[in-house]
Amino acid sequence: MPEHTPAVQEHFDAANMPRRAFHLAVIYVLGALIGLALAIPTIIYLFVPPRSRKQSPYVDAGDISQLTPGAPVEMSFQQSRVDGWRVLTEKRTAWVVKQPDNKIIAYGPQCTHLGCAYHWDEGIKEFACPCHNSFFSMDGKVLAGPAPRPLDRYVTRVQDNRLQIGPLRNSAESNG
Amino acid sequence: MKKRFAQFIEAFDERTGLHTGLQKFLYEEIPASSGWHQVFGSVALFLILIQFFTGIMLAFNYAATPGDAYNSLRYILTEVTAGRLMRGLHHWGASMIIVVVVLHMVQVFLWGAYKKPREGTWIVGVILLLLTLAYGLTGYLLPWDNRAYWGTVVSTQIGATVPLAGAYVSRLLASSGDVGVVTFARFYGLHVLLLPPATLLLIALHVYLVRRHGVAPAPGDDLKPKKSFYPEQVFKDTVAVFIAFAILFTMAIAVRVPLERLADPTDTSYIPRPEWYFLFLFQMLKVFEGPLEVVGTVILPTLAILALIATPFVDRSKIVRVRQRTLALGVVVLAGLGWSGLTAAAIKSTPPQSAASSIDFSGPTQWMQLKPAELSGIHYYRQENCAACHNVTGTEAKAGPNLLNTARRHDQAWMLLHFKSPQATSPGSAMTPVNLSGPQLNDLAAAMLALTPENGDVISTAPAFAADGAALYQKNFCFSCHIINGVGGKLGPVLNGLAGRRTEAWTAEHFVNPQKMSPGTPMPPYKFSQTDMQNIVSYLFTLPDK
Repeated sequence: MPEHTPAVQEHFDAANMPRRAFHLAVIYVLGALIGLALAIPTIIYLFVPPRSRKQSPYVDAGDISQLTPGAPVEMSFQQSRVDGWRVLTEKRTAWVVKQPDNKIIAYGPQCTHLGCAYHWDEGIKEFACPCHNSFFSMDGKVLAGPAPRPLDRYVTRVQDNRLQIGPLRNSAESNG
Repeated sequence: MKKRFAQFIEAFDERTGLHTGLQKFLYEEIPASSGWHQVFGSVALFLILIQFFTGIMLAFNYAATPGDAYNSLRYILTEVTAGRLMRGLHHWGASMIIVVVVLHMVQVFLWGAYKKPREGTWIVGVILLLLTLAYGLTGYLLPWDNRAYWGTVVSTQIGATVPLAGAYVSRLLASSGDVGVVTFARFYGLHVLLLPPATLLLIALHVYLVRRHGVAPAPGDDLKPKKSFYPEQVFKDTVAVFIAFAILFTMAIAVRVPLERLADPTDTSYIPRPEWYFLFLFQMLKVFEGPLEVVGTVILPTLAILALIATPFVDRSKIVRVRQRTLALGVVVLAGLGWSGLTAAAIKSTPPQSAASSIDFSGPTQWMQLKPAELSGIHYYRQENCAACHNVTGTEAKAGPNLLNTARRHDQAWMLLHFKSPQATSPGSAMTPVNLSGPQLNDLAAAMLALTPENGDVISTAPAFAADGAALYQKNFCFSCHIINGVGGKLGPVLNGLAGRRTEAWTAEHFVNPQKMSPGTPMPPYKFSQTDMQNIVSYLFTLPDK
């Protein structure tokens, strides 16, 4: 403790102690209240993830009334992605197949092996990946090559003959 | 344990001297007359620190370029949790600093605490006051909404009228042409890079000078025993700081700070207004017109600042009791009256901002994307009080079904039949037929079919003027010649973006007398009631630009 002047030392006198204790208590309590009132909103501000913008998970990919069963078509569509305060629009594609029972399946455009773009080989009626010769059947199953799992599928729905594409589901996680 | 701690403090102090320094700072002797009237300096310092803190927090989510600045602030207000509170603290904190700094100054002035040898402390204080105003001026632009943009257009134009230096001021603020991206960068740089370190330095100097000369004594203080700064005065300062913080926090939560339309340099109908503490200057400019304008913009403010700086050199009398300083009290009362009078006059002469200009863009705005028929349908939804039995986004128990997903289950034909004879489509329904005309029912059906989980709250958030205006637009078949949001005829001009081309007054006049405003136009005149006219014009001026 440094030496205090007599005037200051007086405040340490026994007679002044209750008053001094009261002052200190008020300083600490009010200081703590202000600190809490700032700290709690700050923690919320920094750590609670922002409310996501209300956005439909589906985007319109196009008319499917002209699709013939058994003939896969590559369809491209614009999907917007929210990045903080920006909305980015990206072009994405899907291989769309109308099954014989008229069910629509939309596959993600990448081979499940290393992500190469595969294509539909009309001659052998299979999806063929040029990188490492993986082949997939029309219902997405691996027929040959190093691909570890069937083609990934988009969640889809159909409204008024228009295909609406939702998020892409990893085939290993969705149904094995 | 306690002994260990004391040993640690002692060892720490031996190496840094921080503990002794703090003790010396806290156990300062102050005059016996010190008390509650001297708390304002501490409160001002506290508020500055709050501004630094909340400013840094806002910067974590803010993009400092026009356009993105607006979008990121909107992101802070609508998506970041507690973002509105942070912005509220920063916004109201700015106003509060002005109030507290002025109170601090008035106290020092009334008590004559600026007198020899404390002239330097006073002058540094005057500079700090000017810096506080500079924060307000530069920070005003940063939201980049219409209010920010047009307010800054006015203040930079005032800067340009300074004789001789005006051109250089404009060059420095990059505002000689239009206020634009470069002006924004300059204001941002000033606000966050130049002003804060300058403030910190000057505050350090200010506090150093206060300590060097001690708190100004009152007459008779030398006969009474001195007091200790800690904890007695610190206790008073803390109570004052707490009261200020409580007011600030309450305002940040309770008083919503709106975000207006994105800055639109073509919007000729916007009435710019400065922040409340600059209103008196703004009003003073109206007194001096033409060649005399420079009196209001430069000469009087400069004289006022010089008078403040000169105060300690003019008043060289001995320190007297505050009750005896009648002249000083007179000056303060006169200045207060002058300021309040000018501010009141400015507020009184401010025409109300139009409904379209005062929309809060940090609130829901999806209704702006609706087609006129859909928005008109919301008008009839409200008029027929459909909400008495139906929910859209609400959750309270009601007799009828929720209407949020009606579009998925039904089509327009079903809707129209349902409105006319509810029991035909829904046997056993307790709904009464909707008594509206065919076109009105079409609009109501359009509104119901437009509802999705993403936009459902439009049913309650669309402003009444817009829904009513859209209903009027539909009723008068405006859509046969005009396009709004992609729907309508091509004979007349597209109405999106009207706000950038015309003023509201022009548009209202155009309804009454189209030939006068656009000679040769095939548009017929329309006689609307005053309310209808306001609604339809306001509606047209809220259309998104496309």
